[in-house]
Parts: sequence; C-alpha cells; structure tokens
Amino acid sequence: MGLQPYLILAAVLFCIGLFGVLTRRNAIGILLGIELMLNAVNVNLVAIARYAADPAGLVFTLFTISITVAEVAVGLAIVILIFRVRRTVEADHLNLLKG
Amino acid sequence: MSLEAAAFWGLALVLLASGLAVVLSKNLFHSVLYLALALVATAGLFLLLQAEFLAAVQILLYAGGVITIVVFAIVVTERLVGERLVQTNRGIVNGGLVSLAVLIAIIIFVTRATLPQTPPPPPADLTQAIGRDLLTRFVLPFELLAVLFLAALLGALFFARKEE
Repeated sequence: MGLQPYLILAAVLFCIGLFGVLTRRNAIGILLGIELMLNAVNVNLVAIARYAADPAGLVFTLFTISITVAEVAVGLAIVILIFRVRRTVEADHLNLLKG
Repeated sequence: MSLEAAAFWGLALVLLASGLAVVLSKNLFHSVLYLALALVATAGLFLLLQAEFLAAVQILLYAGGVITIVVFAIVVTERLVGERLVQTNRGIVNGGLVSLAVLIAIIIFVTRATLPQTPPPPPADLTQAIGRDLLTRFVLPFELLAVLFLAALLGALFFARKEE
C-alpha cells in the first residue's frame, strides 16, 4: 500500500470538516467540524511519519492532539459564556459587531 | 487484496461515512456520537500505521476527553434553551463549492507528487522512539505545552465561572 490513499483520505476528511465549519449554524457544530479537520491533519502526520520512518511526525501528532483538547475546553467555555450572555449559540445571531 | 488494504478501505469507509454524518446530522447529539465513531476509526488507522501509542492517546484524549466535554456543553446550552436539539446547515451550495475546490486543489497536489509506494520496515519500538524524542529533540515544545495547558485551564475556569 502506498502513501497516496492515506493522503487522499485525509484530504476528503479535511474537506468534510471544512464543509461543516462553513455551513453549521450552531457554534458547537462548528467546533465539531474543526475537530474533524484537525483529525484529518493527524492522519496525514502519522502516515507520513510511517513512510518516512521518522518518529518526529508522531511527536507532532501528540502535540496536535494535546493542543486540540485544550482548544476544545477553552472553546466550549467561550460557547457557554456566549450562551449565558446572549441566550443563544447560533452563530448567525452573534452579530454584535455588525455595523 | 491484501489484509492491510482491506482494513484500510474498511476504516476509510467508516471514517468518511461518520464524518459526513457529523456535518449533516440534524440532531447535535447524534453529531457528537458520530464524531466519536470517526475518532475511533482514526485510532484504527493509527494502529494500521503501527503507531499503537498514538492510537491509545487518540482514544483516551479525543474519544474520552473531547466527547465528554462536548456532551457537557450541549447539555448546558440546550437544557436552558428548552428546545429540541435540532440544528440546520446554511449556505450548503457555497460551503460545498468552497470545500470541493479545496479538495480538488489538494488532490491535484497529492497526485502530482512522487510518493513512496511501499513503507520502510517498521522500527523496533516506536513508543520508545517517541519518548526519547519528546525529552531530547522536542523538550522545549513539550515544556511549553505544559504552560499552554495551565493557561487553558485558567482560561476555561475564568470563562465558565459563576457570575458574581
């Protein structure tokens, strides 16, 4: 098996996540799309690390997984805060900065 | 078809189907459960690529930690709204066009590159190699990660605290 199927699978997964980020209305739904995109990047990193026989890619994946967990925790805290202030988590209704 | 290829295509099918379900499901809670399925399928891919340690980390941190936090957030925001968990997509055509364009660009790039056809023989102990690299070559980002976690912990507590 070559490297190419892994990279194409990751590209498709990334674009599914991108579609979710662009089209979801709910802020939590947008965060789930971001999770999918980061996950696709992890697939790429691990596949390339395996085919280049370099554990650096695996260490990078470890970092991205850890940072994603921190990002989700802070992101959801912000979502809960927005919900307390505005009573909604629909991204379309969060237009305070609109002129 | 070899066993590895069969496992890859099986996992790819599960991964893409659950990924599509995450972005298209009407029920937000179902989306989260499909995301858990996608993350477990990714852990399977990691096993296929002989990164057992990362597969374990993936299941523990992502499927365990992230999914739990997201479910908590859904319970908090939806219970107070008192509505059903229905969510919709907007701008499907535009979003689909943009992601399709990105996909085509990446695929053109990938198919033009010269990629290895067969993996090199697996190293003796990848987990050992990860541990050694983490505390020698990448010790500075490793320590910075600890600082980031502290900042994220304090930030999340600050945002989610009770109003005075």
